[in-house]
Order: sequence, then C-alpha cells, then structure tokens
Amino acid sequence: MNRFLGFVKKEFQHIFRDVRTLVILFGLPIVMIVLFGYVVTTEIRDVEVGIWDRSMDQASIRATQKIFSSGYFVPAGYLEREEEIGELFRSGRAKVVVVFEAGFQKHLQTEKGAAIKLITDASDANSAQLAQTYLQGVLMNYFQSLNQNINVPWSVNLHSRMFYNEEMKGAYMFVPGLMALILMLICALMTSVTITREKEFGTMELLLASPLKPREIILGKVTPYVLLSFVNAMTIVVLGNLVFHVPVVGSIWLLMLECMLYITLALSLGVLISTSAKTQQVAMVMSLLGLMLPTILLSGFIFPIDNMPKVLQWFSAIMPARWFIVIVKNIMLKGTGFAFIWKETLILLGMTLFFILAAVKRFKIRLQ
Amino acid sequence: MSLILDHIDKSFETVQALRQVNLEVQEGELFGLIGPDGAGKSTLFRIMASLLIPDSGRCTMLGHDVVKEYREVRQIIGYMPGRFSLYMDLSVEENLAFYARVFGTTVKENYDLIRDVYDQIAPFRKRLAGKLSGGMKQKLALSCALIHRPRVLILDEPTTGVDAVSRREFWDMLKKIQGEGITIVVSTPYMDEAEMCDRVGLIQKGNLMAISDPASLADGSDARLFSLRSNKGVYAYLDQLRKMEGCRHVWLFGDELHVTLRSAADVNQVQSAIREWADDSLEWKSIVPTIEDRFMELLKEEEI
Repeated sequence: MNRFLGFVKKEFQHIFRDVRTLVILFGLPIVMIVLFGYVVTTEIRDVEVGIWDRSMDQASIRATQKIFSSGYFVPAGYLEREEEIGELFRSGRAKVVVVFEAGFQKHLQTEKGAAIKLITDASDANSAQLAQTYLQGVLMNYFQSLNQNINVPWSVNLHSRMFYNEEMKGAYMFVPGLMALILMLICALMTSVTITREKEFGTMELLLASPLKPREIILGKVTPYVLLSFVNAMTIVVLGNLVFHVPVVGSIWLLMLECMLYITLALSLGVLISTSAKTQQVAMVMSLLGLMLPTILLSGFIFPIDNMPKVLQWFSAIMPARWFIVIVKNIMLKGTGFAFIWKETLILLGMTLFFILAAVKRFKIRLQ
Repeated sequence: MSLILDHIDKSFETVQALRQVNLEVQEGELFGLIGPDGAGKSTLFRIMASLLIPDSGRCTMLGHDVVKEYREVRQIIGYMPGRFSLYMDLSVEENLAFYARVFGTTVKENYDLIRDVYDQIAPFRKRLAGKLSGGMKQKLALSCALIHRPRVLILDEPTTGVDAVSRREFWDMLKKIQGEGITIVVSTPYMDEAEMCDRVGLIQKGNLMAISDPASLADGSDARLFSLRSNKGVYAYLDQLRKMEGCRHVWLFGDELHVTLRSAADVNQVQSAIREWADDSLEWKSIVPTIEDRFMELLKEEEI
C-alpha cells in the first residue's frame, strides 16, 4: 500500500509540474465548452435578413415587423432592385432576402393567395436551411393568426412540442456529447502518453527491474487521472448548468457513478494503447485519430446515428461514447432512473472488463 | 557463487547479440565487463536484470533463475541502466524517496549505505534531476540503485560521459560499496577503469573473449609489443607495416602505432625497413603491453 501511494504521489508531481499536461487537463474542457456553446452553435440567433418589398402595403409591412420582432432576425436593409440581392449576399451583409410580390395585400384576399419568396445564401447550407425553416414558421404563424376569425371547415391545427428540450437549445445536445468526448480524450490520451513517456525516457526499465507488479504500475499511473477526470466531468456538468442552463433532472449520484464507469473504461483503453505504442507521439496519434475522431463522428454526438449508412451504424455500436451519451441524456434531461439505462450500463461495463483484461494481458513484464 | 551465466545466446531480428556467453562471478567480487559500443554489454546486463529472456542458456542470480524466478531476482538486484533513467522532473530527494518506497523501504533505513555517495549530491537535494551535471546524475542513479541494499549491483556503463575527476570518485565509491559485501558487475568502454576491478571480461561482437585479473590480462600477451612514433605522424606507415611478413598485428594507439610480431626474430626485418623510410623522428621501441593492447590484439585475432 505504501508502495502504491508512493507511486501515486510521484504521478501527481509529474502532472502538476508539466504545464502542457495541466493545460490539456483543465484548459481543454473549458475551451471546448465555450467553443461549442458560443461558436459551433446550431441555434438561430440574429440572422441578417434583407427585405425587398415590392408592394409596401399594410400586410407586407406587418409581416416584416413580425419577422424582426421574432428575436431570431435582424434587418440588413431594404432593397429596391433585384440586382441588390446578389450584392447583399456577396458582401455578406445578409443571409436571407424576403421578397413580397407587388400587390401583396390584394392577392392575399383572393383565392389564389399572395406569394412571398425566400432567397437564402446556401454557401453555408446548414444555417441557410435553419434560417429558412424558422422564417417559414414565423410567417405561417402570423398568417394563421390573421385567419383565426374566419371559420374554415376541415382545417387541421398542428401543435408540436419538443419534449425535454422545448426551446431546441444546442447546449442540451452538446453538454452530454462533450462529456463523452472530453473524458475519452483526457483519460485515454493522458494515460497512454504518460505510460509511453516512461518507456521513451527509459524509466520504465527501472520500474520493470523493481519488485513492482504490473498492476501496481498501471494502477499507480492511472489513479491520479481517475480523480482529475472526475473533477473534470463535474466541472462540465456545473458549467453546463450555470452557463447554458442545462439541468440535471435525474439523480446526480447515478450520474457520478456512470461517469466513473466511463472514466475507467477510457483509462483502460489508454493503458491498452500504451502497450502497443513505443513513443509518446505514436500514442498521441493513436488516441487522437483512433478515439477522438470516431467519438465525434460516430457516437451520435454531432450526426444522428439513424441517418448513417448501416455499416457505420454497426461501427457506432462499438463506440463507448454512444452508450454513455444515451445514459447521460437520460439522467440529465429526462430524469430517468437506472431501470431505463441498465442495458447501456451493462454494455459499458462489458467493454471496460474487456479492455482491462486485454491491457493487463498485453502489459509486458520485460523489455521484450 | 553470486552470478552464473551458462551458455547464453541472444539474437535480435538481424543481429546475434550474444554467443555462448559463460561467466561466473563470486560473491563480493567487483567484476568489470569491457567492450566497445554494440558489443553486447547492455543485452547481457538486461538478461541479468531479468529484463530480457535469453534464447538459450541459463542465468542465475544468487541461485535464482532470472527467467522463472524474476520476482526474487528483482528484489535482490540493484540495476543502473546505461541511459540515465531517473525522473528529470523530480528533485534529487524525491527521486531517492520514490525508489526507496518502490522497494518497500525508506531512505532513513539504508542511509548509512548510500551516505558516501549521497553526501556529495545532498547540497543539491532540492534541484530537479534533469538540471544536474553528468557526474551528479550518475551519483544520484547509484544512490537510487543502492537504496534498498541490493546484494548484487548491476551497473551498465555508469561512467560514460562523465568527466575524469568524477569517474575516479565514482570508482572509489564502488570500492567502498564492495567493502559492504555487495557483488558488483560493471561495464565500461574505458580501459583504464578495468584496473580497478578484481577481474575483467572482454566482450566483442557478442563473444566474451577472455576473463582474467587485470594484471595478468596486461601481460598475458605472448607476442612482443613495440611502439612506433614520429613527429610527422605515423598513419602513413600503417599500411606498409601491415603488408610486412613479420608483423602480426598493427593498430593505431593514440598518436602512435603498436605492433606485435610473429616471432622475436622478425624484429630485425622491421627495423631495417624503418631505416629505409628515412624519417629521423621515427622512434621504435619495445614496450610493456597494457590491457588496451591486449584487448586490441584479441580483437585482431577475432577478425582473422
């Protein structure tokens, strides 16, 4: 025990003396959260809209007012000629242009109806699509309210609600995903690098020639990272709550337990990587390419799994992050208990055992 | 017997690192292994330290097989690898405390054993190991290898890259450690250090060639040895001497040539040839061979 504590102490000394490690450990999570929260956002906010009103009557002016009072759009200017649309887009001053046809109000009262044209700058296809959908929604709402008093037979009023994320907040999506990503990155990357560092600097040779058992070496190297990663996971939850108002509806204890399980899994993956990587650089590339990319792309963090080709869906099933994200979303957003996530937990547990066994089996007690 | 190597063979992918190495080291002995880079010294030491498995042959450390009983072996040896292998980002005392704990002991418990070594670096005990000079690093590494009071100390080129004064200090310390009854096996590329050992072995291309005490190694040569020196440099004469019938081996030794002859009678032939070269500063004389000469000679025989 004394031996083990000595090892853990030494490991903490390494961590707190290396600025690079500290930055990755504590800077990365915060940078990532801010990045995803404010920069890589999928939410619509302050989209510049140009208006080309060819009728300038009461109806078109009211519709314009509705658009800008929705909170999603800001005016980028009023156009008078068709050529100005291109200019506006090229100069980047507007993402969308709304065109009201001439005689808008008059046509509104006819059977054929009035026409509005939405022109979007699709060089950024995702936000163009989103802006278009939102604009349509705003306009539909407005014109429906105009018709409220008129009794149209057989009409259907569709009310939709987005459960667990009523306001379509991006933070609800990315906080669980980020937790999965950051924990995987820190645990696997840091452990694989720190173990290969001992190999690269030759200190592993001395550790091996000592009476330390393999499990003492591995546990000693990993324990500090378990503690620090756990601190990290909790930081993300707290930051998500304070800055982006992502709630923890379910049990915080259950969430912590699941985090510990996932951290253990990621650490054993890191140890496994270190058994085959000879240098820190190789370990880093293996962790980044082999773990981070698939975690981002295949875990359902950014791209929905249901839309993937079948083959990639199978691949996503072996991504630990996929199951962890499901668990975290369930606990944080839906507030479900263990009864609804035991299957995912079991999968993670199985993966963890597999990686630990493989890592211990592959860990060499000699140099060759 | 402290250490027994019995017909050890070891190959890596393309090279045979050790060929049929046999060696016995007595308890309490200071044994030196001498050979150039790539001779197989480190491989041999790693086998002794239970870090490599020999392809064939057996190695026992105080009766414990280094392959099967590697756990026991790791308890009783102190190993200092050829490359500085302590933690550069830990201070002197932190490194020492760490290794003490790894071996389940404390610095206090065995302080008397390392006092001589550690006292010299104690003024710098708060300094990071990475910031020590070469000689200090080696003293710290030796302290760490000794801290658990091993019964056999395995030192792989502990004085390489260390200045001459520190080297001498280091060997003085080894002598003291030997006085504590600890067996020491040490390798070195420096010939002059061999004379500090009780016995030495010469190793070249994986062959352990001769084992004897340093003095007998020096005069073990039966061929007579001569040196040739010149103010104008002797390199030009190297090939000419090598072509000569009576010369057995010729090699560069510092700024002179050393020559062994096939028989004592050949000396006349060489001397007359030298006179023909008409170089007044040429100086030809008979000398007493050193270990290095003996070693070079053995190497030459190996090549033929």
